[in-house]
Amino acid sequence: MMIALTFPYWAQSLLRVLGGLVAVLLPAGTIVYVFLFKMMSFMQSRLGPMEAGPYGSMQLFAEVGKWLQKEDIMPERADHSIFRIAPLIVLASTFLLVAVVPFGPDAWFTNFETGVFYALAVSSISVLGILIAGWSSANKYSLLGGLRAAGQLIAYELPMVLAVVGVVIQAGTMNMQQIVVAQNAGEIFGWNGLGNPYILTQFIGFAVFMVAVQAELTQAPFDMPIAESELVSGYMTEYSGFRFLIFFIAEFATAGVFALIASVLFLGGWGVPFSWFGWHGMGDVSNWMNIVGPLIMFTKMMGLVFLIMWIRFSYPRFREDQLQRFAWKVLIPVSLVNIMLTAVLKVVF
Amino acid sequence: MLAEALVAQNIAFGIIATVMIVGAFRVVTSKNVVHAALWLVCVLAGAAAQYLLVYAEFVAITQILVYVGAVMVLFLFGVMLTRARIGNESELNNKNWSLGIPVALVLFAAMAIALVGGFKDEQLPAPSKAIRIDTQSISDTIFTPYLLPFWALSFVLLIAVIGAIVLARKD
Repeated sequence: MMIALTFPYWAQSLLRVLGGLVAVLLPAGTIVYVFLFKMMSFMQSRLGPMEAGPYGSMQLFAEVGKWLQKEDIMPERADHSIFRIAPLIVLASTFLLVAVVPFGPDAWFTNFETGVFYALAVSSISVLGILIAGWSSANKYSLLGGLRAAGQLIAYELPMVLAVVGVVIQAGTMNMQQIVVAQNAGEIFGWNGLGNPYILTQFIGFAVFMVAVQAELTQAPFDMPIAESELVSGYMTEYSGFRFLIFFIAEFATAGVFALIASVLFLGGWGVPFSWFGWHGMGDVSNWMNIVGPLIMFTKMMGLVFLIMWIRFSYPRFREDQLQRFAWKVLIPVSLVNIMLTAVLKVVF
Repeated sequence: MLAEALVAQNIAFGIIATVMIVGAFRVVTSKNVVHAALWLVCVLAGAAAQYLLVYAEFVAITQILVYVGAVMVLFLFGVMLTRARIGNESELNNKNWSLGIPVALVLFAAMAIALVGGFKDEQLPAPSKAIRIDTQSISDTIFTPYLLPFWALSFVLLIAVIGAIVLARKD
């Protein structure tokens, strides 16, 4: 509240926009360097980029520079205006998504009453961008990739929504802040030393959510839409230079934002167990949590993205029919059972 | 007495409404199916924005989730899978397209009368009163007085799903 009182509205809005940029670009850059460049290299017994900066830490800036100065190539028969809009829609979906993630008691961009619901809704906008990117490229590989992506994203959106329902039932709210508070003020059979992170009670939901996130991000083993051995690069085939860069940033930024959302829903978000400092609710939380909260969130995000990337680098690609069957015949029934169990237990306890 | 004028809301309403009207016209005049579908996305997203302006957060988000995220994606998916070409197509219009005009006018009149008659000169309270159509009251309404229609609706949807499966299965 202290911050909110000392700045006029326009300055707050400006700060929020800048904060949003940081919250999208910083995780994206960190994820690409730490996981895509370094972790993958170490897993393959090589060093990865070493030349630009200490341990190659400036490599990313070099890459961005390279992409920015490339020629803007567009297929002659492409639908030019839509070809230009498509990557922007995908990136816009990422920015809309981060708007709802709380980073501290007062460090949030918007505090929607139905925050989780909002996140699930805007994350589905990116499908639109991917579909029209595939179509407008006037390339059969692109179109096939776009269609595969749409089919996959629709299929995995359902288990994702259903997995979240369990958390919403248990917390009794769809507001992200209150979900954080419910976890950190909670107790496990009367013991409140850890709060009650929902990864314990909602482990099935967490597992389903993370699998669905993996598929929504089209990370291997769910990378059928951009399967390079058969579709060149799927819906991104015809994109180069800064337009490809936008897709690239959106991919890893969305990975980061989904990890942030998962950490809010299942790992207690920005909070520490409230009993450590004798807090009882939102009103007692100290102001310094606005500084520590984002760091806690960042740590949890790195942990979850590590999981996503570990799986990405370890498993071979699913076939299209296996992928669809897994969503419809395994994940959706499992998450429905989870909802039923949660509802019953909620009434019992 | 006039409530405090909601200047920002009124300006935003005007802008969004203009975008929606232009979008609606482009849906029917565009020469390309995919372009028409994207203009429709504009109109539907505009409706969501309008809901937000009248504090109906849950309805607005549902609009995005259902129409932009699901219906339009399936629509585009279907169109691209079957016939969408790049560039203009000449045979998009049905021969009887002019029949749509009287239908549209009648619909407009019916809705205008219903809205004007229903709300008369009621006004939205100023934002300082912090009214919120909260999600809980929506669910209370759906699951208590409107439970039976809700069940009926779910049943209709279930029948549609089963019907689709029966039609799609070859064996």
